[in-house]
Amino acid sequence: MPGGYAGKWLEVDLSKDKIEEVTYSDKILEQYFGGRGLAAKIAWDKVGDKWSEMDPLAPESPLMVYTGPMTAIYPGTRICVSGKSPVSMGTVGSTAATELANEMKSAGYDGVTFMGKADKPVYLLITDNSAELVDASHLWGLDGEKTLIKLNKEVTDELTKRKPNVGLWKDPGMIYIGPAGENLIRNAAVLAKICHAAGYGGYGSLMGSKNLKAVVAKGRGTLPVVDAPEATILLWKKTHEHLMARSAMRRQGTGYAGYAVGADTSSEPIRNWQEEWHDEKSFGGPMFETRFWVKKKWADFNCTTNCMKVSCIKTGPWKGDITDMPDYELQAYCGTNFGIFDPEANIHLSALADQLGHSGINGPNTAGFAVELHQRGILSDEDFGFKPKWGDVETFDKILRMMAYREGIGDVLAEGTYKAAFLIAKMKGKKPEELLKYAVHVKGIEVGAHGTRSDADYTHDISYAASVQGGDHTSVASDGYNDMSGAVFTDSAVFCNFTYYGVPQSLVFDFAKAITGFPMTLHGWRSVTGPRIVTLQKALLMMGGPGLKWEPIKDDDNPPRFYEPLPSGPYKGKTTDKAVVDQKLQAYFDTLGWDNRGIPTKETLKKLDLAFLEKSMAKLR
Amino acid sequence: MTSIWIVRDYENCSGCRRCELACSFHHEGWMWPEASRVRVFMPFPGVEVPHLCAQCDDYPCVESCPVDALSVDADTTAVIVDRDACTSCGACYRACPGTVPFLHPADNKATICDLCGGDPECVKVCKEAGYNCLRLVHEGMSPNRKLFSRNPIEVAKDLAVKMFGEKGEEVI
Repeated sequence: MPGGYAGKWLEVDLSKDKIEEVTYSDKILEQYFGGRGLAAKIAWDKVGDKWSEMDPLAPESPLMVYTGPMTAIYPGTRICVSGKSPVSMGTVGSTAATELANEMKSAGYDGVTFMGKADKPVYLLITDNSAELVDASHLWGLDGEKTLIKLNKEVTDELTKRKPNVGLWKDPGMIYIGPAGENLIRNAAVLAKICHAAGYGGYGSLMGSKNLKAVVAKGRGTLPVVDAPEATILLWKKTHEHLMARSAMRRQGTGYAGYAVGADTSSEPIRNWQEEWHDEKSFGGPMFETRFWVKKKWADFNCTTNCMKVSCIKTGPWKGDITDMPDYELQAYCGTNFGIFDPEANIHLSALADQLGHSGINGPNTAGFAVELHQRGILSDEDFGFKPKWGDVETFDKILRMMAYREGIGDVLAEGTYKAAFLIAKMKGKKPEELLKYAVHVKGIEVGAHGTRSDADYTHDISYAASVQGGDHTSVASDGYNDMSGAVFTDSAVFCNFTYYGVPQSLVFDFAKAITGFPMTLHGWRSVTGPRIVTLQKALLMMGGPGLKWEPIKDDDNPPRFYEPLPSGPYKGKTTDKAVVDQKLQAYFDTLGWDNRGIPTKETLKKLDLAFLEKSMAKLR
Repeated sequence: MTSIWIVRDYENCSGCRRCELACSFHHEGWMWPEASRVRVFMPFPGVEVPHLCAQCDDYPCVESCPVDALSVDADTTAVIVDRDACTSCGACYRACPGTVPFLHPADNKATICDLCGGDPECVKVCKEAGYNCLRLVHEGMSPNRKLFSRNPIEVAKDLAVKMFGEKGEEVI
């Protein structure tokens, strides 16, 4: 077994209550690494040519919870959740910061593949070289915070009972779903640590469809041995030196961006992206920091970036709400995108989204979409049961709850922005296009809080349009492929983006080589391994699912709103240039060896050892 | 009498747990959080408690050992474990007011912070990162030190209230 891997994966058949250990060949691991890459390959192996027909929420749909070879050893522990996405029908390598990842590796496992559906709610408990399914009926229906508190205590008590003679047992690591996942809200998140989430992809609903409430691990073993231990320790120290030098990031996290991205780069969603500029100083980072940040340097295992800050409201009607800063994405999506510029209200709505089990980007995107439909006269007061208003906390508090519990209009919105547009169009006797022009998604995945119109942010023309993960702002496409390969790497090696940027890439790849022993180079990753993973993901995405097939070129595009001129601010009048998008899209396809409709060619599949996709791709060409 | 001692300012702990990694590099040669002599408990996110020996003035763990496997280092005042003599009976952690010692995950031998002989690795990495949650001081022996030897869950309960107010009563 190459270094960095614990060396075995679990396969859990929830229908049969059966758990097996499996291993993968060195070749497969070198080709797909772990996390996002390996999950796409194993998903294909499990489903194969039936991909197009398989409902992602059906029992036969696999769910992957994988680490990678660098997880926990390279700074910034993270877990990757993947499988066939209920929103995009492709795969997303959706990652969350959680000690589940290092605990799983300490317990002797690199990951878990879930198949089938449990007949009652369960959670998987992983301990040293062992795993079991535990009844979770008493946890079903609980919000995120209560789930975590109960699980933490009951698992620690159980492990103490089983092995009392070792001293104190320390808390386990875990991921879990809230009511949104249980109720199959299509874009629901998998959550961890009350406010961390694997948000993109809708894997919360995939967990819910399997009656799987949580995955918990506690291991007492070492982290896996590596190929070159001395070099690894040296590189570990060097990497931390780079991270510790990022003073602004360490001090502010992304919690100062809720003001700055709007004010500086005009790329922040406001009222469902009707604007992207604001100068609301009330929403400045220091306003959050001074009143609400109760811990200013908060990190996950083996991380010195400590970009997280713990926020808590201690007075008033929202007393006891706890979340992180919120980070920029939730400052935007649970703040400015609702027309809300008050830190306290933003913390409340972010905490609410977390505890309900929404993805704090995707669920609130749908809520904003719904309120714009009301603004445009498509949805009525009666549809909501009240009069929704921009900037009104109660409005969004109610909609987020209605979505999570599928109440009233929430039942339709629970299908995510893209599907909801079709359902509401049908309800109202309108053409889908009349609603889709307000739907800010790419490939069914609601777009992260970085616009393309000002061209002043890191996201540009084809960032989302070409991406195999649609609107995911953590893994955007770029011409020349470079940025994209970075995220494909971190999501497959499975560590945090924020422990990657700011560290010389040559150092990161030396680190990868020292851990695994694979002949890793940046060039090799960019020219072979990265393209292999992205090409596989592209194939799966374009194969689609029941009732949902993306049309080449037409759907490789930005949402209509991103072509409207910006209505305000220093970039007023500017918009995304469609001609540039078209041209760069072709260049992107060329770089990756895909045809002019973005379908991987036979030669490319052969070159990347993906010939198993040829039959499916021939049908699409 | 004076001695070195590791001060712990719990609120400064980020939860990065590099202390555990530095400790296990030094004592085990590799990354092994569960074998680290300092272990960071996190019974609720954001409430992190580094748990390590506080060098009580009366050393109840040393007193409790039925085979005299534990002794006090004359220079550092750290508790030293004679691993060959240890019988894994667990008397030491039961005698400890904070249940700090634990039995090593590989061989079940009593495992206690030895202050790395006077220059603790955990302190170095914590200082390097600017957290200064763990700091080395050279101060007079004091009965107050023993008060830091508390069950980490009890410590976390107090910290949660300090951080979250009334809500803190519910989270652990």
